[in-house]
Amino acid sequence: MFFLTIATLLLVFVMGIGLYLKSAPIFEEHSLRELLFSSNWKPLRNEFGFLPFLMGTLWVTGLAILIALPISLLTAVYLTEYARPVVRKYVFPALDILAGLPSVIYGVWGTLLIVPVISEWLAPRFVEFSAGYTVLAGGIVLGVMILPLLVSLFIELFTSVPDELRDASTSLGATKWQTSKFVLLRKTFPGILAAVVLAISRAFGETIAVLMVCGNLPQVPGSVFDACYPLPALIANNYGEMLSLPNYEAALMFAALILFTVVLLFNLISRIVLYRIEKTFR
Amino acid sequence: MKAKFVEEKVFKVFMIAAMLMVFAFVISIIWKIVEKGWGAMSWDMITKLPGGGFYIGKEGGFLNAIVGSLYIVGASTLLGLMISIPVVFYLNVYLKRNSKLGYVARLAYDVLFGIPSIVYGAFGFTIMIYFGLRTSLLGGIIVVTLLIIPIFIRSMDEVARQFPRDILEAAYSLGATRLETIKVVLRQIAPGIATATLLSIGRAIGDAAGVMFTAGYTDSIPTSLSQPAATLPLAVFFQMSSPVREVQERAYAAALVLTLIVLVLSLGGRFITNRFSKNKIK
Repeated sequence: MFFLTIATLLLVFVMGIGLYLKSAPIFEEHSLRELLFSSNWKPLRNEFGFLPFLMGTLWVTGLAILIALPISLLTAVYLTEYARPVVRKYVFPALDILAGLPSVIYGVWGTLLIVPVISEWLAPRFVEFSAGYTVLAGGIVLGVMILPLLVSLFIELFTSVPDELRDASTSLGATKWQTSKFVLLRKTFPGILAAVVLAISRAFGETIAVLMVCGNLPQVPGSVFDACYPLPALIANNYGEMLSLPNYEAALMFAALILFTVVLLFNLISRIVLYRIEKTFR
Repeated sequence: MKAKFVEEKVFKVFMIAAMLMVFAFVISIIWKIVEKGWGAMSWDMITKLPGGGFYIGKEGGFLNAIVGSLYIVGASTLLGLMISIPVVFYLNVYLKRNSKLGYVARLAYDVLFGIPSIVYGAFGFTIMIYFGLRTSLLGGIIVVTLLIIPIFIRSMDEVARQFPRDILEAAYSLGATRLETIKVVLRQIAPGIATATLLSIGRAIGDAAGVMFTAGYTDSIPTSLSQPAATLPLAVFFQMSSPVREVQERAYAAALVLTLIVLVLSLGGRFITNRFSKNKIK
């Protein structure tokens, strides 16, 4: 049992080392700076600039958080502070369903609903032409995908705040919203940040859904109505056929390594913060 | 009316609007999938293998993907249970409450839970190449097992942590060894195991990025572990990207099957937690 525990634990390290070793060949010919900040992506000519993909990921992720954060925060406050148990009985299963739906289903939903809405209705009001497969579509789909994660983390945070604090605030004449704003949100602020970081890292690695709605053009997006090509989509699209080109495999492994490193760091930081909060309130 | 009461009203409206949006997302996703999928659904779809001209819109179904998914999910769920039950038992019975190893292990599983499945897929693929394996059912099973172990462990652990120490002491006082207490522990966390299993099945069946490189895709049902296997999410994904309308329709049908499975699992999970936890000693 001890060995099983250790073995599963070591998976983190084995993964990191494996990905690093596999991507090592690319460091021999390219500097890290060139890889991260150049936007020349020409694998045939041995030029690997990841900037378009990084920017694509950042745009989509940022937009997703922008959409999901207010909705999830308000929902969580409502559910913990205002809602009667009956309401919770209906909302929780709905969130369960959202959390459980596979990302490919989100992708289908995005292609069937969000993409046409953007190309036919939303985009013509701002830009001349857009196919609908855009940063915006990716952001909306991802935003909905991370909603259940954010709401459940927030609810956990808010319920961990002791009732005495709320009572103290209410007895001073504060309304429920004022209590939520000045006590709840302030008291759990580090936790909220941690939850957001966690959601960012979830959105960062999401593959199939963004692959289906983002358009997949290797360019640095200039607006939300441009197509983009997030990092995970790059790996998924090219993995099968890359073995013939020199360094291409190493480049894709480097992409996986970037994802791994970012997600690992974000997760570590936010989990440690969340653990600490859990402890202080207990 | 005082400003604070106005603010209260305004934000209450916002909160209710946010919650309704969550419902709207759930309903719109399910509605879109059912609406599109139902029209394309037929008995042939789920009982036949792809025929000769399947990918240009001729006859056949996606039984291969359904069976492939069931194989992978079934095998990896069993493996996952076999690995994670001992780990959870070790974490909660053998280790002390504030053990360092326990803290690190839980942190590691949380981090592993956050690692995107595409990274698991890329990592799994390199391992397979290292051992000279080709895309196969076995590869898919291994990667999906690795993917769901953290979910298994963490969600069982949540339940096992609330396990009353007194029960353990009672077992010890009757002369049980630590290993023998597993009978008591298992019975006590049984509902937790059930929900964890359903959660993991849900994640396993919906995962596309992980099996993309490791299990591959095929039109037949695999008869041995070394043959490639098709999976439902990939069936949706590949058929969706086809230009032929009939093939796209099938993607919707496959998406409907996938959604129904996930819905049953997630509602079933809630039912089990509500139903079976009443036999527990609190």
